[in-house]
Amino acid sequence: MSAEATEKKAPVIKFLAGNEACMEGALAAGCRFFAGYPISPSSEIAEKMSGRLPKLGGKFIQMEDEIASMGAIIGASLAGAKTMTATSGPGFSLMQENIGYAMMAEVPCVVVNVMRGGPSTGNPTGPSQSDVMQCRWGTHGDHPAIVLSPNSIREAFDTTVQCFNFAEQFRTCVVLAMDEIVAHMREKIVIPAKEDIKIVNRKKPDLKPGDPYKPYEADASLIPPMMNFGEGFRYHVTGLDHDATGFPSGAPDNQEILHRRLVDKVEMHKDELFLFENHRTEDAEVLVVAYGSTSRSAKRAVEEARAQGIKAGLFRPITLFPIPEKQIAQAAGHAKKVVVPEMNLGQYRLEVERILGPAVPVVGVHRVNGEPIAPSLILSAIVGG
Amino acid sequence: MSKRYEIRLAGLGGQGLVLAGVILAEAASIFENKNAVQSQSYGPESRGGASKSEVIISDEEIDYPKATHIDLLLCLTDAAAEKYLKDCPETALVIADSDLVPSAIPEKFRSVKAPITRLARETVGKEFVTNIVALGLIQELTGIVGLPALEKAVLDRVPKGTEDLNKRALEVGREAAHEYGAHILSAKG
Repeated sequence: MSAEATEKKAPVIKFLAGNEACMEGALAAGCRFFAGYPISPSSEIAEKMSGRLPKLGGKFIQMEDEIASMGAIIGASLAGAKTMTATSGPGFSLMQENIGYAMMAEVPCVVVNVMRGGPSTGNPTGPSQSDVMQCRWGTHGDHPAIVLSPNSIREAFDTTVQCFNFAEQFRTCVVLAMDEIVAHMREKIVIPAKEDIKIVNRKKPDLKPGDPYKPYEADASLIPPMMNFGEGFRYHVTGLDHDATGFPSGAPDNQEILHRRLVDKVEMHKDELFLFENHRTEDAEVLVVAYGSTSRSAKRAVEEARAQGIKAGLFRPITLFPIPEKQIAQAAGHAKKVVVPEMNLGQYRLEVERILGPAVPVVGVHRVNGEPIAPSLILSAIVGG
Repeated sequence: MSKRYEIRLAGLGGQGLVLAGVILAEAASIFENKNAVQSQSYGPESRGGASKSEVIISDEEIDYPKATHIDLLLCLTDAAAEKYLKDCPETALVIADSDLVPSAIPEKFRSVKAPITRLARETVGKEFVTNIVALGLIQELTGIVGLPALEKAVLDRVPKGTEDLNKRALEVGREAAHEYGAHILSAKG
């Protein structure tokens, strides 16, 4: 690939795998620093980044392990770069401590987790969606979570851009949860022209050299403006509970304010975060809730059910977290049954059950055999009693 | 062509089946402006493990990206034939490497056996173009993509300096379609 697609003024047509589209999306969003430790099925992201970043004046570092990769992208982000790493389940587990650090210290960064079968080293080359709850709750403590999950190559590009925008806007670590099928399948993609891609950059404080700066003092948005290291202001960054100066503070009042703000800064803006698709849900008596590659099987099953005269519909969360609760409830407005197919044993199904309550039966279609969920399995659940 | 055409290319890692699938899908989607999705599955080995590459070509939006009703199965190992023939509906066309798949293909299928790997090795001169010989064979037998599109897609993907070799491989594959698959071509009319 000689042309720098992301710098082009006109759209570029390519035939890419999800991992390649993710990498293109990151570059288009302005990512200029990648540190990672390659692991299947995410390796192509690191591989392609290592070729492209140096040509754009960026940095690629292959680290000694995953926790160090997180450390590197946090440090580079504090110095002003848009940063990313990519991994899969085993590596994602190792990153959790520093993911919490990025959330606590409010350092924008993006982690791509291409899900494979787990626990442990599991199934390196098979598809899975079994890290969904780890994406939400992998690191300890109450914390905000923004998790997006694409189902096509173009969407892998778009959601990666979106992850950077959310990371920058909310000053947090954002996770892109792809499954192996989306990561490795290839489709035609029209990469939009540069000026057609919306880019969000971190809000900076309006300060002159010598002005006092409190790095964690937030305005009404609850998101503190961020000064990059090297721009004339020094401040303290820690994973400990801290006050507006960034220095550790164990005062109970302060802790309460900090922890609530970290969660509320995402919660109060969550309507801006919801990306989703409704497909034939207006009159759906059987609603399927599916995400990632499984949603493509689900769409096919919905069409086949409609052909049999069953009013089926699909709600597809692209934003997995925060959960689009109202939107799911709305899509299930006419539903007598809800089907949740997942390549795990029911992680998102539990959320759907919680949202809809006992009035609507929720049926899971779960597979953990390293094979995709075929449309026929979902259709059986739609049709079945 | 029907709305959705499903191709499964099966064999061993190292036989170039993933690349063959990519080329076929690119020929259809980039050069003929149809919809195409290519996907694959393979084990943790870099070569020698079972490998499967699938291509769906359609005039319509492709939702499920994997094969469920195979129209064309290519087998480059006996194990692949054993594993995947049972997934095929009777309408499927089965193409197999005659040296590497000694088992008989059940008569209910339309099938073609050709020494694909040997043709690459002996007639073209390089075994690594086995996948391109197979693509030539598939193109001539099915017409699922046009030759100009396929040739462009091949030349776009292969390493510089191997263009003539790959063009020759396509040609040898297409000739093999007539030598070994005349019964299919004559039925097609």
